[in-house]
Amino acid sequence: MEITTQEVEKVAKLARLELTDIEKAAFAKQLSQILTHVETLKQYDTTGVGPTATVLGQVNVFRLDDARPSLSVERAVANAPESSDGFFVVPKIIEDRQPL
Amino acid sequence: MSIHKLSLYELHKKFTGGEVTATEIVRAYGLRIGQVESKVRAYITQTKDAAVAQAGALDASLKGWRKTSPMMGMPLAIKDNICTDGVLTTCASRMLGNFVPPYDATVIAKLRAQGYLLLGKTNLDEFAMGSSTENSAVGPSRNPWNLQCVPGGSSGGSAAAVAADECAAALGSDTGGSIRQPAAFCGVVGLKPTYGLVSRYGLIAFASSLDQIGPITKDVTDAAFLLGAIAGHDPLDSTSAAVPVPDYLKALKKKDLKKLKVGVPVEFFAEGLDPEVEQAVRAAIQELKALGGEIKEIQLPRTDAAVATYYVIATAEASSNLARYDGVKFGLRAKETKDLLELYMKTRQEGFGPEVKRRIMLGTYVLSAGYYDAYYGKAQAVRTLIRQDFEAAFQDVDLIVTPVTPTPAFKFGEKGDDPLQMYLSDIFTISVNLAGVPAISLPCGFSQAGLPIGLQIIGRPFEEETLLRAAYAYEQNTQWRAKKPVIR
Amino acid sequence: MIYEVVIGVEVHAQLRTKSKLFCGCGTMFGLTANSQTCPLCLGLPGTLPVVNQAAVEMAVRAGLALNCTIASNNLFARKNYFYPDLPKGYQISQYEAPICEHGWIEIAASEGKRRVRIRRAHLEEDAGKSVHVAGMNGSRVDLNRAGTPLLEIVTEPDLRSADEAVAYLKGLRDVLMYLEVCDGNMEEGSFRCEPNLSLRPLGQKEFGTKVELKNINSFKFVKDAIEYEIKRQTKVLNEGGKINQETRLWNLDRGETAVMRSKEEAHDYRYFPDPDLVPLKLEKEWIESCRKHVTELPAARMKRFVSEFTLSEYDAGVLTASKAVADYFESCVKLFNQPKTVSNWVMGELTRELNNSGTDASASPVSPERLVSLLQLVEQETISLKVAREIFPEVYSSGKTPEQIVQEKGLMQVSDEGALDKIIDEVLAKNPTQVAQFKEGKQQVLGFLVGQVMKTSGGKANPGKVNELLKKRLG
Repeated sequence: MEITTQEVEKVAKLARLELTDIEKAAFAKQLSQILTHVETLKQYDTTGVGPTATVLGQVNVFRLDDARPSLSVERAVANAPESSDGFFVVPKIIEDRQPL
Repeated sequence: MSIHKLSLYELHKKFTGGEVTATEIVRAYGLRIGQVESKVRAYITQTKDAAVAQAGALDASLKGWRKTSPMMGMPLAIKDNICTDGVLTTCASRMLGNFVPPYDATVIAKLRAQGYLLLGKTNLDEFAMGSSTENSAVGPSRNPWNLQCVPGGSSGGSAAAVAADECAAALGSDTGGSIRQPAAFCGVVGLKPTYGLVSRYGLIAFASSLDQIGPITKDVTDAAFLLGAIAGHDPLDSTSAAVPVPDYLKALKKKDLKKLKVGVPVEFFAEGLDPEVEQAVRAAIQELKALGGEIKEIQLPRTDAAVATYYVIATAEASSNLARYDGVKFGLRAKETKDLLELYMKTRQEGFGPEVKRRIMLGTYVLSAGYYDAYYGKAQAVRTLIRQDFEAAFQDVDLIVTPVTPTPAFKFGEKGDDPLQMYLSDIFTISVNLAGVPAISLPCGFSQAGLPIGLQIIGRPFEEETLLRAAYAYEQNTQWRAKKPVIR
Repeated sequence: MIYEVVIGVEVHAQLRTKSKLFCGCGTMFGLTANSQTCPLCLGLPGTLPVVNQAAVEMAVRAGLALNCTIASNNLFARKNYFYPDLPKGYQISQYEAPICEHGWIEIAASEGKRRVRIRRAHLEEDAGKSVHVAGMNGSRVDLNRAGTPLLEIVTEPDLRSADEAVAYLKGLRDVLMYLEVCDGNMEEGSFRCEPNLSLRPLGQKEFGTKVELKNINSFKFVKDAIEYEIKRQTKVLNEGGKINQETRLWNLDRGETAVMRSKEEAHDYRYFPDPDLVPLKLEKEWIESCRKHVTELPAARMKRFVSEFTLSEYDAGVLTASKAVADYFESCVKLFNQPKTVSNWVMGELTRELNNSGTDASASPVSPERLVSLLQLVEQETISLKVAREIFPEVYSSGKTPEQIVQEKGLMQVSDEGALDKIIDEVLAKNPTQVAQFKEGKQQVLGFLVGQVMKTSGGKANPGKVNELLKKRLG
């Protein structure tokens, strides 16, 4: 599996990672190697084999609908790089939100 | 009496018996840390002052009354990816360099309720991604047996702290061997519990379906003792198992392996295994036989698929788990960015180290449109096959023994920058996480260079007692734990 | 060219749970920013979600009422994308295995009743809110809403006009409110509609290019936005242009839609099963136990009101549009078996006061018992209907019982013949002309005289009695 620098750029954008040219070249090479190894999985026949989403196989883990106290606003934003009046502050949002 | 040389359980006995106070314990460990920490560099954050205050309060409250909880007064070190309310929790990442959680992980809440003493938060590979602590943003920890060697990882700080007697015991986390491999490299005991036995709530996620918190201790008794203190169902973790927690110390009464069948998987003794390691593990298997175990050769045919399967699943989950580090609610934010997109891109560029970026890239790729089925979907199915291998093997045997690592601890920088080769060296530990089964790593010898070698014993889900019984029998009949590193 | 419009609708309905979908924070609207957050819904590292059982039950109830198949096995998946009000960098939603599928709802269309097919309804968590403050450099993020449970309900492209879309949305909202799984408040965003539509030449099978509409928070705007968009697209097509696949925002002030400034970047959400959550395996018995909580729906209740209470379809329709109003009506009728009278009062006086004070019928300060006690005063001829109507605003606002008010104000109806005769004497003496006219055979003058008696009595005179006595005197 050969990963091009362009593909690296595309994936980096999806993952919101800015990469230097050196990183891009290195990742293209390394991801190619790793994915080539991953392709050895093809030799295992998985026809009719279900995925393992959870190892223990539990189902229906619920909590009851009880409201618990929240954090104070002060504690909620305590770790924020920037906040104002209890809001988190970010650069002006110009992209509209992607559909929920 | 040198307090720091005692095992956790011995110390507990002395504390309960009134032979030693919490203040004396903290003071002794303070001295010890002062002596060796500059060489070992096990800790990212030390919390000695808080521990001193807490120990004083504990002693005052205990005057003339010594009914205690298991971990009361016990000086522990906690891997720095486990959240501690009010105490810096960094994951050894620039991203979380200033992150102070407003809540305790469930394991910490349990220890706190029992009155443990937190000595500090230990070093790790950034976000638990690595096997040497070389990926830590604050620099690596050193192997107490040889300061030129890595302590292993990712729980390298915890393992080094235990080996160097800088704490009575520690907690680590294990996603693909991150407890067992550093335990093996540092000559201590590391236990990865069955997935779901110990709550993950408050463990900063690397790969949710694989992560598990577990003890790193000076001996098997301590592992049983500390596991009992942190295990149990947690309503805050949907993947936590609703199973009763037995008294693991009781499992240590039988000092033999009588009536136990022990499987030796041929696939784990293949090409690439260091002869010294193979020799030590083979000798250990003979010892298990001498202790009454019935040794049986078995097969885990999909072992070769484990590394590929693991690195697809673990990185896919990680790419999503690490999306929350965006410079908005907590953690690092890049300065002077012109817009939101740049804020995201630069924050994550500055905040993450190369290995974390590599794994996010790989994980994003395998989940992206057009590749999901070929990579992630395939890996999920192969994971089922690997689990089935273990299920089949455990029809025949009660335990499986293998090496922990292909080689003893390596030197800093020795692995170079070939990530695939690095990943392939996880071969012996990762299938355990994929199958969700428990495994313990304990010392079984030394290389000629004087580096510890580890033995891995794998058990059936939730049969930690059998695992501990076998490990204890082996430990009691060998003298490996008597040897201590000389730190220089 | 004549075009046919093809409309589908996506609705995000906020479920009326006390706590969020995956944590114990409350779900109140309009609180101080970030005061309803905890480590989990802030997306802090290490936190883990646990599903709110009530949200699953509500989703199942809604699914059953919408004639959906309830999936016995369903999963939560992560939808990965970056946005400041999405704290984890992914939204927990359902992708391949939604909880409800293949349902329908009946609407009144131009050609009669018709089924609108529902493709799927799935559970997901809401995002927070980002607010841009004028004059400020940045945007502000409030995560109070983050993690609130939503049911996303998606139709097949079965609607053919703005009116049909509105009829569907009203019907759907009624159902959800009836089930008490959603409060239906569109202004607060508890019921958010996103129609999508395309045009195709009449008779063509293939769909045209689809445009999604957003920022619509009332039924009127749904209609306005769709109608505007139909005109816009018709014009573009007639001029030989092409419709772009895009999302457009409804601009209320301008009464038009405009393209969102979204960059045309292909979304790649990298959905995968959330490893922090385990699958839901809903047993048949459990689903059936939810069915018991599916109450009578508006359409059925309207039919029953017509047959059981012999109300007109119109009245029954008005009364059953809101569950609270219908419940109120039925409580009254149980105490006072004159459905038509009760219906007049509920639709008239009561609704007026409720609307004026912006109160829901379920929280009416006049209880059904109290309204009935007022109606009984009229029934027993203690007061006149006119007086009853006059004092109702006071009954509504004062907290006093109708009896108290009637007594305090001395509004009891006068039926005593002696007392009435005195007033009649007075009126006849004052109006000799009219008396003469009546005697000449001008029957209609009687009405005037009755009115005068009523006026003089301060409205308290029993009008039937007055009529009777006057006729006797003049006869």
